[in-house]
Amino acid sequence: MSFEQFIFYLLAAIASLSGLLMITVKNPVKAALWLVLAFISTAGLWIMAQAEFLGLVLILVYVGAVMVLFLFVVMMLDINMAILKEGFTRYLPIGALAAIAIFALMYLVLGPNHFGLDKVAAPVSQAADYSNTKAIAIPLYTEHVYAFILAAVLLLVGIVAAIALTLRRRPNGTVLYQDIDKQNRTLAKDRFVMVKMDAVVEKPPVITEGEEKK
Amino acid sequence: MFDAIQAFLSGFLYDWLAITLTLLLQAIAVILPIMLVVAWLTYAERKVIGYMQVRMGPNRVGPIGLLQPIADALKLMTKEVIFPAQSNKYLFIIAPILAIAPAVAAYAVIPFSEGVVVTDINAGVLYVLAVSSILVYGTIVAGWASNSKYAFLGALRGSAQKISYEIAMGFALVTVLMIAGTMNLTEIVQGQQGGIWNWYLLPLLPMFFVYFISGLAETNRTPFDVIEGEAEIVAGFHVDYSGMTFGVFMLAEYAMMILISFMTAIMFLGGWLSPFEGIPLLETLFAWVPQLAWLSIKVAFLLFVFLWLRATFPRYRYDQLMRLGWKVLIPLTIVWVFVVGAMKYFDFGPWFN
Repeated sequence: MSFEQFIFYLLAAIASLSGLLMITVKNPVKAALWLVLAFISTAGLWIMAQAEFLGLVLILVYVGAVMVLFLFVVMMLDINMAILKEGFTRYLPIGALAAIAIFALMYLVLGPNHFGLDKVAAPVSQAADYSNTKAIAIPLYTEHVYAFILAAVLLLVGIVAAIALTLRRRPNGTVLYQDIDKQNRTLAKDRFVMVKMDAVVEKPPVITEGEEKK
Repeated sequence: MFDAIQAFLSGFLYDWLAITLTLLLQAIAVILPIMLVVAWLTYAERKVIGYMQVRMGPNRVGPIGLLQPIADALKLMTKEVIFPAQSNKYLFIIAPILAIAPAVAAYAVIPFSEGVVVTDINAGVLYVLAVSSILVYGTIVAGWASNSKYAFLGALRGSAQKISYEIAMGFALVTVLMIAGTMNLTEIVQGQQGGIWNWYLLPLLPMFFVYFISGLAETNRTPFDVIEGEAEIVAGFHVDYSGMTFGVFMLAEYAMMILISFMTAIMFLGGWLSPFEGIPLLETLFAWVPQLAWLSIKVAFLLFVFLWLRATFPRYRYDQLMRLGWKVLIPLTIVWVFVVGAMKYFDFGPWFN
């Protein structure tokens, strides 16, 4: 077994195991963490398949951002597992049927008789200085530039829509808003006034109540 | 050197075992010096802040307190590791590992001198960005697993902050990539050859500050250390950690500080290049200085800035911190991407040829 094969089987084993644990484990936070492990090992597999740009972006986007937000939501929610598990046995036959159907479909398309070196030629092994990033970037920004820009606009629309949906505008009277720019512009002389006063000499405590001074 | 070791080992071992052992040796050769630097960085931090506040700093253990880090390490290692009741034991132990593993793994692509790098991969910048984005999990898992409100709040603050500042950081790196035309860290440094005015510091001056400020936020250093705001949430995500589990979090934080300094030095300050290149007399006068020394001086200065800021600034309020990240740094970086694009189009200065 060569070193590369060893790494490949190691990563593949971790990926399948963590995928399995992700759907079987009870605690949703742990499930999300197993999914993270599955992502990382898959990224390793992609890098081994000479797709280092995609592998690193998978880690950067899915592990570094998407899953963190996922974890955020899952951690903050108070999920009652008992209610979620209700009716599990009742729906088990239907669920099993659906699972078997999906598995059969996947087997028809992704089964072992569709792969192998006689069906698909072995990928060209590139030299060490071959830049994967450039190989992706050049067609993306020349051939497919319109589709690429369209996808970017779509994402932007998605962002704007998400912000617009959650934006809650309340009239100024009901809520006190902080104007941080105003706060930052504040100088010492806006907050602190020096008052010049004559020195007051305390008289011996004889007469009525002493006048208040500040 | 390591190729020779590997050839020697594969003479009497399995191939894969020889490769694993060589990789292990390479990892030790990088990690051990980094950990030593981390140890004495903590000492430097206490001394520097001490002198800035007109104190002596540690001065009991060893001459002028130089052995203080060793005493600290011994203390941390001999202390008991306490598991809070109701905590998730496995995740509680894994969290410090999750914090330190990426911080150390990122050093695999850092070039310490010309050709002195563990793996010289094409997508070096992307690798550092991807690996440091995993760092968040140490914080989140620690906060969740310790089953404490304070830790959880600290973890939520920390992860939100890191995700926000990662965007500004990524954009700052994009401008470096635009100007260098490569993601390989060695080639980025080589692109800055030819004197101090060829460094990417000048055309990317705002990005230099954006990157460094994001680095401060990424490592949870003052003024962005809301993650462990003592006044509000005790010690944040690692309240419940004691002994060496706490020590590992500290190691990770300092290792990350050094990493950010290395990245800043490599991308904006010419890496291992001498600042006197191209200056007639000084160039020959300083020709004997090794490349690692120049890089170390730059990194040491940036680390000093980390400590200096800690002694100078009060902590940011959380909303101000988010405002700085989203409303100041990110728009600035987006504008600068266009500025660099224009500079590239007009072949501005010595940087684009």
